Amino acid sequence: MGTFFQLVVNGLGKGAVYALLALGFVIIFKATEVINFAHGSLVLVGGYITVITVDDLGFVLAAALGIAAAGVAALLIERLLISRARNADDFALALLTIGVDVVIVEDVFRRLGTTVPYLGAPWDAAPITVAGVTLFRTQLVAMIVGLVLISAFFLAFKFTNWGIAMRAQAENREAAALMGIRSSRVTATAWLVAGALAGVAVLFIVTQDFSGTGLSRSTHAIAFAAFPAAVIGGLDSTAGAVVGGIVVGLTQALTEVYVSIPFAKVAVFLVMLLVLVIKPSGLFGTRELKRV
Amino acid sequence: MLTVDGLSVRYGRSVRALEEVNLEVAADGVLAVLGGNGAGKSTLLRAVSGTLALHRGTITAGEISFDGERIDKLDPALVVRRGVVGVPEGRQVFARMSVEENLRAGGLGAKTSGERTAARVRVRELFPVLAERADQRAGLLSGGEQQMLAIGRALMSGPRLLLLDEPSLGLAPQLVGRIASVIREIHAQGTAVVLVEQNATMALQVADYAVALEVGRVALSGPAPELAASDEVQHLYLGGHAESDEQAARDRQEAERHRSGRRLARWTA
Repeated sequence: MGTFFQLVVNGLGKGAVYALLALGFVIIFKATEVINFAHGSLVLVGGYITVITVDDLGFVLAAALGIAAAGVAALLIERLLISRARNADDFALALLTIGVDVVIVEDVFRRLGTTVPYLGAPWDAAPITVAGVTLFRTQLVAMIVGLVLISAFFLAFKFTNWGIAMRAQAENREAAALMGIRSSRVTATAWLVAGALAGVAVLFIVTQDFSGTGLSRSTHAIAFAAFPAAVIGGLDSTAGAVVGGIVVGLTQALTEVYVSIPFAKVAVFLVMLLVLVIKPSGLFGTRELKRV
Repeated sequence: MLTVDGLSVRYGRSVRALEEVNLEVAADGVLAVLGGNGAGKSTLLRAVSGTLALHRGTITAGEISFDGERIDKLDPALVVRRGVVGVPEGRQVFARMSVEENLRAGGLGAKTSGERTAARVRVRELFPVLAERADQRAGLLSGGEQQMLAIGRALMSGPRLLLLDEPSLGLAPQLVGRIASVIREIHAQGTAVVLVEQNATMALQVADYAVALEVGRVALSGPAPELAASDEVQHLYLGGHAESDEQAARDRQEAERHRSGRRLARWTA
C-alpha cells in the first residue's frame, strides 16, 4: 500500500508537469490551429538558459530567466515564422514547427557539447518522508506549482479580457476579428504563455527525481509525452490537457513499477490509442485530429 | 461617412467577386444592399470590415474610406476602433461562451470604458431578453435570440456604422419584423447602417437608400421608396404580386426581359 501511495503521488507530480506542457500545446492549438511540434525544443531553451546562468545568478533568478527565454523563443517562432505564413495549410505549419524543433535541439546540444548538466533545482534529490512513506520532493513541488499555475491560467481564461478574447478567437476567428479583437495579439500571447509554461516544466523534468538525467536528448523525449497527453484530453480542450497530463503521469509511474520501465514509454501511447479508438476527438475535445 | 470608390475584389487568383463598385453611406443613413446569392453582398461587407483575407480575398482596385480616412488596408480590429462594426452572416455567436461573455467580447473593441458602459445600457434596453439569459450558453439560444445577441454584441463597442449581413436569414416572418424595428431603433439612436439583405421587402422598408448588386456590379441604385416602387425591383427582388405559379413564371420572364433590355440600353449608351 505504501508503494502504491508513493507511485500515485509520483505519478501526479509527473502528471502536473505533463499538464503544464500539454496545456501550452493546447493553448497554441486553440489560438492558431497549429500543432506545435517544437514544444520540446522550448523546454530545452528554458533548460539551457537556466543552466548557463545558474552559477552566476543562483537558481531562482536563473529559473526566471529560463522561463522568460522559453516564452520569448515561442513568441519569436510565432512572430517570425508562423504569422508570416498566414495562408499556409495547417499541415505545412506543423511541418514548419518540426523543422524549427530540429534546428533548436541541435543548436542547444552543440552548445552543451558533451556535458549533461542539471539545473541545480533546490528540490532535487531531497526526499521527504510522510507517514512512513518516502516521496520525491521534486514531484511534490511540481504538484503544488502545477496546481497554482493551472488554476491561475483557468481563472484568467475564464474571467479576464485576455481569456475572453482567446476563447472568442478560438471559437470563431472571423467573428472575433469583427469584434475588434486583435488576432495577432491574442496569438502572440498564446505562444508566449505556452513557452513560459514549457520553461517551468523543464525545472522539474531535469532532475534526478523525475528523469534521472541532466539536460539531454532524453529531456526532449520526455517533453514529447506532452503530445499524447494533449491528444488524450482533446487537442482543443484546456481542461482536457490537464486531465491528459495526469493520465500520462500516472500511467508512466504505475507501469514503470508494475510492468517495466521500457513498457512505461509504450504504455502512454497505448492509452492514447485506446482513448482515440473510443473517443476520436479525445476525452474532452470537440474536434477530431486530421490524419497526418 | 462611408465611401466605396471603384472597388474590385477577387478571391484566389481568378474569382472576381466585385467589379468597380461605387457607393456611399450618409452619416445618418440606412443603406440597403440587395441582390441574389453570389451577387457580392457579403464580399462588400468583408471588404469594408477588413476580413477579406480570412476568405482569401483581396482588393484589386479602388478604395474604401470612412470619414475621409482610408480603411481598406487596415487590420479588422483597427476598422472596429474607427467605429465600423460588422454582424456576420449566419449570426456566428460564440456558441460555447455565455451570452454575457459574448457581449463582453463585443465590448473589447470599445475605445473607452465609458463607451462600453453606455453601450451596455443601450443593448440592455434594445434586447431585454439578453439580460434574462446572461448566463446561458449562446449556442442554446433560439435563432432569433442569437440574431439579437449578434447585433447586441456588435453594438457593445459603440459603433457609428453597423454592417448587417442578412439579419433576417432563416428567421420566422414575425421575427423579421422584430429585427426590422430593431434596426430602425438603432438608426434612430444615431448609428448609420448598411443592411445586406435578400429579403428586399424588409430591407426597402427600413432603408432610405438602396443599391442592388448583380454579379459583382451595382445594377441599380436610388432612394429606397423609389426603388420599392419601380417595376424592375418589383419583378427581380420583391417577387411581383404573383397570384399563381403561372403568373410568377410570367413575371420572371418579364423581369428577364427587363434585364436584357437594360443591359442593351447600357451597351448602346
